Amino acid sequence: MATTYRTCPRTGLQFDLDADKLMRWNAVAGVLWLLVGGITALLVILTRWPAIKLLPADQFYLILTAHGIDMLILWIIFFEMAVLYFASSTLLRCRLATPWLGWVQFWLMVVGGIMTNIAIFQGGSSVMFTSYVPMQAAPHFYLGIILFAVGALIGTAVFFGTLVVAKRDKTYVGSLPLVTFGAMTAAIIAVFTIASGAAILIPTFFWSMGWIKEIDAQLYRMVWWALGHSSQQINVAAHVSIWYLVAAVAFGAKPLSEKVSRFAFLLYILFLQLASAHHLLSDPGMSAEWKVLNTSYFMYFAVLASMIHGFTVPGAIEAAQRKKGFNNGLFEWLRKAPWGNPVFSGMFISLVGFGFIGGISGVVLGTEQINMLMHNTFYVPGHFHATVVVGTTLAFMSITYLLVPTLFKREMLFPKLCQIQPYLYGISMTVLSLVMMGAGTLGVSRRHWDMAFSGAPFQYEWPGSAYLMMGLTGIFGVIAVIGGGLWIGLVVLSLLFGKKLDGGATSDKPTPIPDQSAAASASHTGSQDHVGVPGTVVLAVTLLVCFVLYYFVNWKYLSEVWGLS
Amino acid sequence: MSAILPPSERLWWKQPIAGQEWAWIGIAFVWAMIMFVMMVYWHINGKQNLSNEVYKTTTEMFQAKTDAFVKENTIRTETDQQIPVVKPNDKGEAFLLARLWSWYPILELEAGKTYKIHLSAVDYNHGFSLQPTNINIQVIPGYEHVVKMTPTKAGTYAIVCNEYCGIGHHTMLGRIYVK
Repeated sequence: MATTYRTCPRTGLQFDLDADKLMRWNAVAGVLWLLVGGITALLVILTRWPAIKLLPADQFYLILTAHGIDMLILWIIFFEMAVLYFASSTLLRCRLATPWLGWVQFWLMVVGGIMTNIAIFQGGSSVMFTSYVPMQAAPHFYLGIILFAVGALIGTAVFFGTLVVAKRDKTYVGSLPLVTFGAMTAAIIAVFTIASGAAILIPTFFWSMGWIKEIDAQLYRMVWWALGHSSQQINVAAHVSIWYLVAAVAFGAKPLSEKVSRFAFLLYILFLQLASAHHLLSDPGMSAEWKVLNTSYFMYFAVLASMIHGFTVPGAIEAAQRKKGFNNGLFEWLRKAPWGNPVFSGMFISLVGFGFIGGISGVVLGTEQINMLMHNTFYVPGHFHATVVVGTTLAFMSITYLLVPTLFKREMLFPKLCQIQPYLYGISMTVLSLVMMGAGTLGVSRRHWDMAFSGAPFQYEWPGSAYLMMGLTGIFGVIAVIGGGLWIGLVVLSLLFGKKLDGGATSDKPTPIPDQSAAASASHTGSQDHVGVPGTVVLAVTLLVCFVLYYFVNWKYLSEVWGLS
Repeated sequence: MSAILPPSERLWWKQPIAGQEWAWIGIAFVWAMIMFVMMVYWHINGKQNLSNEVYKTTTEMFQAKTDAFVKENTIRTETDQQIPVVKPNDKGEAFLLARLWSWYPILELEAGKTYKIHLSAVDYNHGFSLQPTNINIQVIPGYEHVVKMTPTKAGTYAIVCNEYCGIGHHTMLGRIYVK
């Protein structure tokens, strides 16, 4: 079987044409689901905005279910398949293992995604993303997700197979590149996640068919969240890899220490899957000991890993910039960064937003006792819009500005708009997360159609500040939808009408990674021209101070509520 | 472009780690331990810990217990729906049942007194969200959760359902009086 390769004349990256096509199709499928997710996002926001309240209750819950599934699963995992193929076949400059299996992955995910969406839009499956039993959806709701998950599992198999091919064909010398290592972390977590998903969704499908009588509601929650939360950990591993990738491409940055960064990824593999507990902290079925141990990812070792990446990614950029001579003061390296390049600006907003907003709120929310202040409130979606949207989605958007010319061989149209887009989307989404968390702190529920409780036997009046926060949620939500829509528009128009670029020479032989190229042999820690990263130290300490203050403020809040024991 | 290339040093695991990195790892590790110990500390010295007392139950069993509790302790009824207002006896045992779409019954408690509130749902998952004090507890069918609560301040409190439970979810509002 002949494999053909092309070498991108602009980046030097080499694409196996089979992998090339698979990446493009997966990425495009992801973007189309993002479009559906974006439209549903707008409808959700306009309904929760108290002054507008667009949809009736039944349609609201239907649309909210679609928004969760289409964004959290379909958009992100399709894009992640492209990332996996890129990180294996392209970065290792080898052929993709079993491209036909790649197509099985793609079509299973397409069929599964459409099937689940049909179930949702038929109206009988408004069970939310989480589909807690005993609330029941139509059988094809579950079946679609199962097919999709099988597809994703096959995708990870193709990825692992490609790692084997690269090793056997000796296309690289030594260890995997860090970005590929990070992608491997994502793939390993994905296997665990999908296994958990199968363990709960297959019985649930049987139950919806009437073949099983009952599924324990607490057990469902525990196993389901090993899918639900762990799948977000795939995203973390994937977008951290993309941060390193962007740092490498935009700055030629080298990890401060391969050992530290890889060890941090290893901590993810060891501990991230415990995160199921984060959703069960206010549940009856688990003991306090179980909750404390698991919610902390076994003593916060996965949080430690994220804090390490939060240091080493900007640190790598700082070191690279300082070597180029941006050495004045603490922050010249950052001021002189290419802020007009959406690949970098998107990545950096993703890094800061994920760390300061998503990370800190996540740890506080995931503290056993403090969780009672926030469980199921609007704080929860506030938190995960900072992690999954500002963190993951924005990182994926920023890397796309690189992929359109490299992978799709088209020039991005409207470069000025491309420059603005990461700021518009990233900042509005960050503010949106903050005001959502504000509303949640005041008690406002998530997944709730009417904060005025029309039709209830009693009245309860939320404080005026809660209405203010929900109004701001509406405003910044709409701006964020515009920012996301702008990205979709720019990408789709560029793919259709952008100037065609030269794809580069093709060959039926891969060229391996040159051993010890000039770029690869930059200085390392401990060598003569090692540079310090004082600016990054200041950033990291700032993060820590915010973290500590916010953490203890919440303990203070907790100490003021009713006594519970 | 080195994070996308193999490490330049074959023996990268033998490279020393710079002082600044070590310092940050150390600080982050200490902070992680403080956060871990904090949860344990609160179990020993804090006054807000979620109870571990839980029993498996069934819809019928929990319904029967709640009905018996209501029958014995009702002090009046409220609204057109004649919702019973129930004042727990001196032992402080109370039952609160979540169902589509109401919290049953209304409880009347006293500030400063500790109650054992038995929480369960008889159909779907529901969310106990006490406002405006903002305590949130998941309520799951099949599990009877005995939560000890000590109201701090007199007033009228709302129980919002904050776990999605179908089309009438937003009408599921309960009430607790604290005298």
